[in-house]
Amino acid sequence: MKNIKFLILGALFGIVLVKAEVISWFRIQEMFRLQAFHMYGIIGSAILVGMISIQIIKRFNIKTIDGEEIVIPKKEFRWGNIYGGLIFGLGWAITGACPGPLYALLGSGFYVISITLLSAIAGTWFFGLIKNKLP
Amino acid sequence: MMEFLKQPWLWYLAGPIMGLIVPALLIAGNKLFGISSTLRQICAICLPANIPYFKYDWKQKAWNLFFVAGIVLGGFIATHFLNGQHHVNINPATTALLKTEGIKDFKGLIPTDVFSFEKLLSLKGLIFIVLGGFFVGFGTRYAGGCTSGHSIMGIASLQWPSLLATICFMIGGFISTWFILPYLLHL
Repeated sequence: MKNIKFLILGALFGIVLVKAEVISWFRIQEMFRLQAFHMYGIIGSAILVGMISIQIIKRFNIKTIDGEEIVIPKKEFRWGNIYGGLIFGLGWAITGACPGPLYALLGSGFYVISITLLSAIAGTWFFGLIKNKLP
Repeated sequence: MMEFLKQPWLWYLAGPIMGLIVPALLIAGNKLFGISSTLRQICAICLPANIPYFKYDWKQKAWNLFFVAGIVLGGFIATHFLNGQHHVNINPATTALLKTEGIKDFKGLIPTDVFSFEKLLSLKGLIFIVLGGFFVGFGTRYAGGCTSGHSIMGIASLQWPSLLATICFMIGGFISTWFILPYLLHL
């Protein structure tokens, strides 16, 4: 099963989300109230390590385990980056969770969050429905 | 070692591990770190309803369904084997503020006086549990990514639209926290 490695990496990510309290509504509140460095430290150091890793991959022309060239497609600007970003931000502060933590909360036994996840899926479905009418 | 892992993890342990997921996924198969795309995947599988946005071969991207299944599993492992459930030691100033806004339960990772099945059918529950989730799902897909896809993967690969999206996530979050949540928490 070639997808098992992604399951394992996901599990590692899930463990980090829980153990570093990223899935905590309280931590997200503390972040948006600028009363702690914790979340900024996590996201900031994740970006930095990711950035250095990508530079190393490029510099040494590292291939995938199947020997393919690693390609990172360019993201094109869309107005959705702004409008969608603001809407997500509003929701992030309310639920205290972005999509990753929603899954992790579910695994941690907060079953009420299954409703939040279903609602997020409904939100995505609604976006798909009206996508062509949005800027 | 186990005792160490059972403590809450500090940011400088957690952040770099998260950052390493980026090259790990690239090397494992040219996969781009990102979670919110799985919401689209689930729509494409369960209810495509002839909507163009959901008419694509989701099986091509099945890897990310395994990744999020892994996140659920990771949540389970952390909670049951690594002492994942505990009081979150947030800044006392935040605790004091949240108390004045009506939060009473500070025992666990999330306040059960807001997030619980009993609260689901109250106005407050509907807003925090249902409407908030709807915004997350709508907003992340409209933005083309979430904290993982834009803020971590996108900025790490030096894409300015991702930086812009992240700034907007934060602005939305600040507006929500400072100007809207005080009213919502008092409902």
